[in-house]
Amino acid sequence: MHRVASNARRRLRPGALLTSLPATLSALPAQAAWELNMTQGVTSTAQEAYDLHMLVLWICTIVGIGVFAVMIYAIVTFRKSKGAVPATFTHSTRAEVIWTVIPTLILVFLGYETAPALVRIDDTRNSEMTIKITGYQWKWQYEYVGSDYSFFSTLADASNAARQLGSGVDPETVDNYLLDVDNPLVVPAGVKIRYLITANDVLHSWWVPAFSVKRDAIPGYVNEGWFKVDKPGVYRGQCAELCGKDHGFMPIVVEALPKAEFEAWLAARKAPAATVAAN
Amino acid sequence: MSTTNAHAGQSHEHGHGHDDHHGPARGLTRWIFTTNHKDIGTLYLVFALVMLFVGGAMAMIIRLELFQPGLQFVNPDFFNQMTTMHALIMIFGMIMPAFVGFANWMIPMMIGAPDMALPRLNNWSFWILPFAGTILLSTLFMPGGGPAGGWTLYPPLVLQAGNSFPFTIFAVHLLGMSSILGSINIIVTIMNMRAPGMTLLKMPLFVWTWLITAYLLIAAMPVLAGGVTMLLTDQFFGTTFFQAAGGGDPVLFQHIFWFFGHPEVYIIILPAFGIVSQIIPTFSRKPLFGYAAMVYATASIGFLSFIVWAHHMFTVGMPLAGEMFFMLSTMLIAIPTAVKVFNWTATMWRGSLSFETPMLFSLAFLFLFTIGGFSGLMLAIAPADFQYHDTYFVVAHFHYVLVPGALFAAIAGAYFWLPKWTGHMYDERLGKIHFWLSAISVNVTFFPQHFLGLAGMPRRIPDYATQFADWNMISSIGSFGFGLSQLMFAYIVVKTIRGGRKATAEVWDRPEGLEWTVPSPAPYHTFDEAPAVK
Repeated sequence: MHRVASNARRRLRPGALLTSLPATLSALPAQAAWELNMTQGVTSTAQEAYDLHMLVLWICTIVGIGVFAVMIYAIVTFRKSKGAVPATFTHSTRAEVIWTVIPTLILVFLGYETAPALVRIDDTRNSEMTIKITGYQWKWQYEYVGSDYSFFSTLADASNAARQLGSGVDPETVDNYLLDVDNPLVVPAGVKIRYLITANDVLHSWWVPAFSVKRDAIPGYVNEGWFKVDKPGVYRGQCAELCGKDHGFMPIVVEALPKAEFEAWLAARKAPAATVAAN
Repeated sequence: MSTTNAHAGQSHEHGHGHDDHHGPARGLTRWIFTTNHKDIGTLYLVFALVMLFVGGAMAMIIRLELFQPGLQFVNPDFFNQMTTMHALIMIFGMIMPAFVGFANWMIPMMIGAPDMALPRLNNWSFWILPFAGTILLSTLFMPGGGPAGGWTLYPPLVLQAGNSFPFTIFAVHLLGMSSILGSINIIVTIMNMRAPGMTLLKMPLFVWTWLITAYLLIAAMPVLAGGVTMLLTDQFFGTTFFQAAGGGDPVLFQHIFWFFGHPEVYIIILPAFGIVSQIIPTFSRKPLFGYAAMVYATASIGFLSFIVWAHHMFTVGMPLAGEMFFMLSTMLIAIPTAVKVFNWTATMWRGSLSFETPMLFSLAFLFLFTIGGFSGLMLAIAPADFQYHDTYFVVAHFHYVLVPGALFAAIAGAYFWLPKWTGHMYDERLGKIHFWLSAISVNVTFFPQHFLGLAGMPRRIPDYATQFADWNMISSIGSFGFGLSQLMFAYIVVKTIRGGRKATAEVWDRPEGLEWTVPSPAPYHTFDEAPAVK
């Protein structure tokens, strides 16, 4: 999960690793470090992705425990060193049918659970506004379709200075290192937003984990999708498709404001932007 | 009738007495001109071992840079060259040649054939490789450096590459040609050179898995060759297959690439299945459970591998029906794969197990490949894949399948057959140390990458946000351990070639198969006369 205050925690040094490991693990819930699992996010899509992820993870865990238990039992019990005498059986139709049918049933169940979610995620109808996202090497452009306002969003200066080879800047001292931009995308919370996404040069992919939105930006193609942010806040993501040397340095920041604040923001931004464009 | 038999027996003895044209040539020419399947098998295996360390060194550079946040050692472009080359070298230069090496050595001996069916083609299949590898590696020293657009060679990014671009494409062509020729040879050998009585359903499973692999290669490799040729003409001859501005389609390349790329995954793992299916029964002292089911499972995996490719592309914006089809067809692969894991487990059930190094690596394969299989099933779930895609979760998944999966099987096979190849037993104590170091460090390396991916770290980035620092450091420490452990493997192999306790013909405790009926080391020519197959 991309926490906002990631610089607040202490990074482990190699030497301190072993000694501080137990303490760090015990402090797990309080820290963004040692993160283990997928975010539940702030959209219904992210919640569905999380739920399906947990479902299939639990299925795998339970099946895994069963299968590994049998393997370990066999390894421990049927040892030559313990005088085990090998049996001679080579097949068992009944067992083979059982262990073909059971995985099939599990998969049918999984498909049954998953397919409707896929349909819901694909449904971009009834959106209230449209944003056009364009990927460039190495920045994003956001356009509020219908309100004639667009801007670029690039890696924040502090991160950009610190990430240079041999910069001497400790990334721990930079706020939201590599996950901060100069101009975040601002959206209204609680509104179904349709996005159109394309690219101007090479492939990119716009990914915000908290929204479970990951859609490729492809030159010549316009992909679409949607998200509805339930909770105002700042959400961070990154480009997820290799796009050249600075692929790791074109983050995404989305600021979800209450609807009225968003409208005020857009109105305020449009006025000076029109002047700039005229120049 | 009896006269003919006596004559045959005489000529057989004659051959052994006067080794005039049967023995290997002396010096370097033996290796350059050889048409002997054992020599060529050795060449493949040595080439693969060298490439393991070349590709491994690149992995070490990657993990060194990712040890801490911030850029300490390399610039982002060189980092991308390393990730791209690491993949190309490990896939085309290391793991595929390793398994072809096993095929060369073992298939004729397993089916009772004197050699491969097409020995000169065999020589050529191998000798393409060092040149292709050299061309590929030489790009690192060209102005602008090596390919940096990822091993998937996606346009338009790949077209931004500098001088390295045509050389990379040419190297991929050569590597593919080598694979296709090798596959033709393997199919012809298996179909035509089996000893009388060696019916298809009596063949060792390793031969079966390679037969199916060879068909996959012949079907998939030309598709890749076509795809990269279209890249080449887009770049130099003004075509626009993949350029939207000229009416082309960048996504078309992805479909072509993964139509090759997904079968490629099984091209890599099926021979591994085959090796493990030879080793587990041997050290369980019990025949392979469900042989026929194993053959059918392998064949169905081979078939399914051609209809699931777009699960690598869930985020490109496919129509809903496409996403649904590729999600459900991908889930189906879990069934034959599960059958295989259950059959290996059932092979051990009520066996009499011992734990020599080949068995240890095979058991690690069994556990850790299963983990890779689980994460594969997770990745098939499209709505969740929107989160997993292009993150370290994917990196963890395919490394679990390829390293403790395919590579461990190859290492297991090397320990298993080294005594047959060299006539010497390897050092069991060192082998076990190598196993435990590898098995522990491989998990320290790759297990945390699941967490990194789930927490949101994209793959193919040289630097990362600070909340990913801890697991990256653990992963890097594990990878250094894994890299160093493999030096030990090279040492053990060299030590075994040079000497060691003499191996018997059987080597192991009453193993099944024709390869154990010939002396150790296997004579330069085996089965000049077809053996009797019960």
